[in-house]
Amino acid sequence: MSETVLRVDDLTMHYTTRAGEVSAVNNVSFSLQRGQSMGLVGESGCGKTSVAFSLMKLLPDNAHIKQGHIYLNGTDVVSLREEDMRKLRWSKISMVFQAAMNALNPVYKVGDQILEAMETHGLVETLQSAREHIASLFELVGLDPKLMDQYPHEYSGGMRQRAVIAMALSCNPDIIIADEPTTALDVIVQDALLREMIELQKKLNMSMIYISHDIAVIAEVTERIGVMYAGRMAEFGSAVEIFKHPLHPYTFGLMSSFPSIVGEKRELVSLPGEPPDLINPPSGCRFHPRCPYATEICSQQDPEFKDLGGDHYVACWHPLEAN
Amino acid sequence: MAELTQSTPPAKSVLEIPLWQVRLRLLWRSLKTNLALFAENPIGLVGVAIIAFFFMFTIIHPILMNTVWDKNTYDPVVGYDAEIPFHPAPPSAKHILGTDPLGRDVLSQLMWSTRSEFILGLVAALVSVVIATTIGAITAYYGGFIDNFFMRLADIVIMLPYISILIVMSALFDLTLPVLALILGILGGFGGTTIIIKSQALTIKVRTYIEAARVAGGGDFHIILRHIIPNLMPLSFLYMMFAVNGAIASEAVLSFFGLLNIRMSWGLMIYTSSYSGYLLDFQKWWLIFPASLSISMLCAAFYLVGRAMDEIINPRLRKR
Amino acid sequence: MCADEVVREPLVQVEGLRKLFPLTSGLFARSSDYIHAVDGINFSIRDGESLALVGESGSGKTTTGKLLVRLLDPTSGSIRMRIDGYERDIAKLRGAELKGYRRHVQMIFQDPYESLNPRRTVYDTIAEPLVVQGIGDIAEREQLVAHYLELVGLAPPDTFMFRFPHELSGGQRQRVAIARALVVVPSFVVADEPTSMLDVSIRTGIMHLMQNLADQMGVTYLYITHDLAVARYMSNNLAVMYLGKIVEQAETEEVLAKPLHPYTKALLSAVPVPDPEFKRSIPDIKGSIAKPINPPPRCRFFDRCPLAEKVCEENDHPPLEDKGGGHYVACYLV
Repeated sequence: MSETVLRVDDLTMHYTTRAGEVSAVNNVSFSLQRGQSMGLVGESGCGKTSVAFSLMKLLPDNAHIKQGHIYLNGTDVVSLREEDMRKLRWSKISMVFQAAMNALNPVYKVGDQILEAMETHGLVETLQSAREHIASLFELVGLDPKLMDQYPHEYSGGMRQRAVIAMALSCNPDIIIADEPTTALDVIVQDALLREMIELQKKLNMSMIYISHDIAVIAEVTERIGVMYAGRMAEFGSAVEIFKHPLHPYTFGLMSSFPSIVGEKRELVSLPGEPPDLINPPSGCRFHPRCPYATEICSQQDPEFKDLGGDHYVACWHPLEAN
Repeated sequence: MAELTQSTPPAKSVLEIPLWQVRLRLLWRSLKTNLALFAENPIGLVGVAIIAFFFMFTIIHPILMNTVWDKNTYDPVVGYDAEIPFHPAPPSAKHILGTDPLGRDVLSQLMWSTRSEFILGLVAALVSVVIATTIGAITAYYGGFIDNFFMRLADIVIMLPYISILIVMSALFDLTLPVLALILGILGGFGGTTIIIKSQALTIKVRTYIEAARVAGGGDFHIILRHIIPNLMPLSFLYMMFAVNGAIASEAVLSFFGLLNIRMSWGLMIYTSSYSGYLLDFQKWWLIFPASLSISMLCAAFYLVGRAMDEIINPRLRKR
Repeated sequence: MCADEVVREPLVQVEGLRKLFPLTSGLFARSSDYIHAVDGINFSIRDGESLALVGESGSGKTTTGKLLVRLLDPTSGSIRMRIDGYERDIAKLRGAELKGYRRHVQMIFQDPYESLNPRRTVYDTIAEPLVVQGIGDIAEREQLVAHYLELVGLAPPDTFMFRFPHELSGGQRQRVAIARALVVVPSFVVADEPTSMLDVSIRTGIMHLMQNLADQMGVTYLYITHDLAVARYMSNNLAVMYLGKIVEQAETEEVLAKPLHPYTKALLSAVPVPDPEFKRSIPDIKGSIAKPINPPPRCRFFDRCPLAEKVCEENDHPPLEDKGGGHYVACYLV
């Protein structure tokens, strides 16, 4: 029985803006085992990136974690002070940001930037050993180690993405969060990168949280999936379960609206309406205005996140019958 | 948004309202939003307060002249107080800011000049910004020879010593207030502001909506007039504030050198004191201090307003 | 194709279309360096049908789209279109003729946040083609705009007509862009990745809208995308581009079921499938995509092709040939 490296309990995080309070993350719960990969899927504004930033405690000043716990290897980081969190960041949990290639500083060599990250965490004993470590990381992500001494603009898009992954791995974290790492890449480059990430994860026995709006990528890369909608976790469970038996109407709608090149050309279903405004979210279940199965209780009460057994959790008053 | 629970009869369809009226209402609405944003910034409010204060002068002066003040004594240009033996006279109950070497009431001069300062500043700024925006848009759009020509012209205008040019101008033209405003406007228009506006126009030129306008069949004129210039207007308006600043200061300097043909201005007040030999006489502070303070404050006020506008315009430019 | 189906006339016929950009940047770029963005392509689209142009970045698909709407001028080649019964070479049009042509060909852009002027209302944006082409007076234009707003699903038109882009969501903005493209009732519309920047649940709505409007208004589409799955749903014909050349072209289902060109095969096997239990084969392709600068006179795919032979290197890029049933491939080895 592998250990739980991450457990999120009832996490709620809001942003205070001039226009009002944005309830970006609400009562989100999930757990992650060592060496396991998990996907967070949802559309823009669903809160998946906010969850990632909460896990890293990289929240802007106007963001507040209102309640909940984030247990990282047993330690609740929600109440942790910044100095202590800084020790955990990058060494226990690290992140590959969206459009990460832009996160590379153009005036420094790539290798030096990774070196800096390692130095901050006191992982540099000698320059020689550090460089060897970086070289091995480069090889791990499929980059020529000689590229260590070059500048970001000399890399292609795919290469930069790999460099950023190497940077995230540099301090040997237990968990790596990848926020849409392949969105800006061509499909063939994406394929190569995805394969490498899966291999990497297995080799290092590292846990991974993969965030994307692309359910096809999530299906291929992750073992467990959390579907988020309007700041809430709508459904959570093993990837196979979720795809075979989606229980939440949103999950079902999402899957039906995704075209595929494989199999029969079926009718695509379009979800009516738009994702809600998080400052004034709909009452009760946030999906109810768009849900074809909504009843009165859906507009009045927010459904609980229930464990339906078989590693399948749903927050819905009328989960779809498996058929 | 789909739920319309109205018990009142539906509002008149917007299609029934003439287009120009709709546009007017939209303008009014955006003005209100902008003013609200502006009002949040203390810098801007301080600037507006100062401008309002000086604006009051322009209103109060004619009132005072027609009621409390005797025209012969208090006229800012030809007034003379014969009752006081020695001019310049220090401040007293009769002359709150004293009199100048020619026996004229300083406060009256100060208030009266405010009007010309405003007119000068705003006309010069308007002229310079209209020129800069038009040239900026055209050079950015067409590039090539036109671009080179106006950019080199701008370089020349920036390089040449500003004051010297103005002095030469004073020799060539009879620098009355309107002429001066025009010249300051033209000099400002072809100079640095053009370059700034042009670089903004360059970023607009490559936007997708310009391509869309072209695909719709829009010609060069249509695109420049209806797409590029409207998107430049916030920046133009901003630089207008800075231009006012420059115009008022330039006038002060020219007046100080006695190069202008204006009846009364703040710069002229300092000039009068200067040629009478009182420039460095700090005992007679009322001769220099009020005028120079007014110049500084009004210039600063427009600058502050410009800065406050900058903070509104830039984030919104980014957002959009 | 059933036997009694009317063979439609081609609306658009592209021949030898080429667009070269001179390379002026870079320390060692000589004046004879050119980017061969579109390097001699031929295709035709029949009236009322649609063609999906698929490729990765650098394939030249976006440039092709821009050439067809004359946002760019072709370096050489012809674009023949049948407008009002007359066939004209669009590539040669200038001035007033070009402006008149624009009424018949419109474009829907990729970025709904950028393709609308932020300072203009929805009405101004949609009415712009009408204003520029001199169609209707103010009252008529308002009616037309209202009509098209309803058509694209932005109802009631009153509430949307005088909004600004920042008051609309991404999906709504794209609907405005579609209305703008259709308001002049064009015969031909180029859609440049219109859904790639939209949320997934919104995407399908827009796709359905475009299909319905195409059927309703008899519009012919060129649909540019990098997403093969989307291409499958949006058009009945598919052309795959690589480094400025078309390497395969046929009916969509045919290409997806029986890809003949090695690039197409690699591309298809690289697309992620939304099924956790589906085992995808590894794409049979090596190396990475090169920049199309001064390409040597051989098959453009030579350096990455798993089947590459001498014949591929010794001859220029293979021509598109019909391998049976309207399935065109540009390959010496198929």
